[in-house]
Amino acid sequence: MNFLTDRKRALGTGSAGHGTHHHWQMMISSIAIVFLFPAFIITFGLSLGGTFEEVLAFYGRPVPAIVTALTLIVGVTHVMREAQAAIEDYMHGVSEKLTYIGVTALCYTMIAVGLFALVKLAL
Amino acid sequence: MADVKRIERPLSPHLTIYRPQMTSMSSIMVRITGIALIPITMILLWWFLAAATSAESFAFIDGLMRSWLGKLFLFGAAWAAYYHLLGRLRHVVWDFGYCLDVDVAVKLGQAMFVGATVLTVLTVLVL
Repeated sequence: MNFLTDRKRALGTGSAGHGTHHHWQMMISSIAIVFLFPAFIITFGLSLGGTFEEVLAFYGRPVPAIVTALTLIVGVTHVMREAQAAIEDYMHGVSEKLTYIGVTALCYTMIAVGLFALVKLAL
Repeated sequence: MADVKRIERPLSPHLTIYRPQMTSMSSIMVRITGIALIPITMILLWWFLAAATSAESFAFIDGLMRSWLGKLFLFGAAWAAYYHLLGRLRHVVWDFGYCLDVDVAVKLGQAMFVGATVLTVLTVLVL
């Protein structure tokens, strides 16, 4: 028994209309965080414990600043998709849509806030 | 053609009545740690934003971060990050078509809990 129209089966993009895009994005960021999380933990761990001036100088250096920015962008986007998948699984209807939008907005705001702080620290 | 008639099907046994197993628990923990990283990142961002704002605002959150409560938080945060990293790596390995046998998946699940703990302790010892 077919539950799909011929057109939908030909497109093969599923009920969300995006096919396997989300899954593929997760695959990419999953590999990225294998490198980024330890790199961030090391840089953050090295900076913690320093004085205010030492922390400013530490994030003025290219490697800590770039590692933190990369982890922020790739890492937060990754956990955003993680949360989106959970919302799609457990919530339905209007509350699902609104929570999805809320979590997405929160995550992009976090990235923007973090980048602003980093730019101020680095320059 | 499309059959859009909705049929009331029995639901499969769900989390509440399934016996906890290594496969399910290790998978659920990947999701929990992943979502937990959102509030964890927010607290870390507070530290970064304070450092970018002023010495006074930095002193408050930095002191909090270096207190026993902060250290406990950072220990948990590092564990969550390492566990999620290992769990996601397992997903990539599975996706490439390896390690799909149940007994291997169980061993990988155990390895994720042990690995995350070892990596976290190692991080604390080194840094």
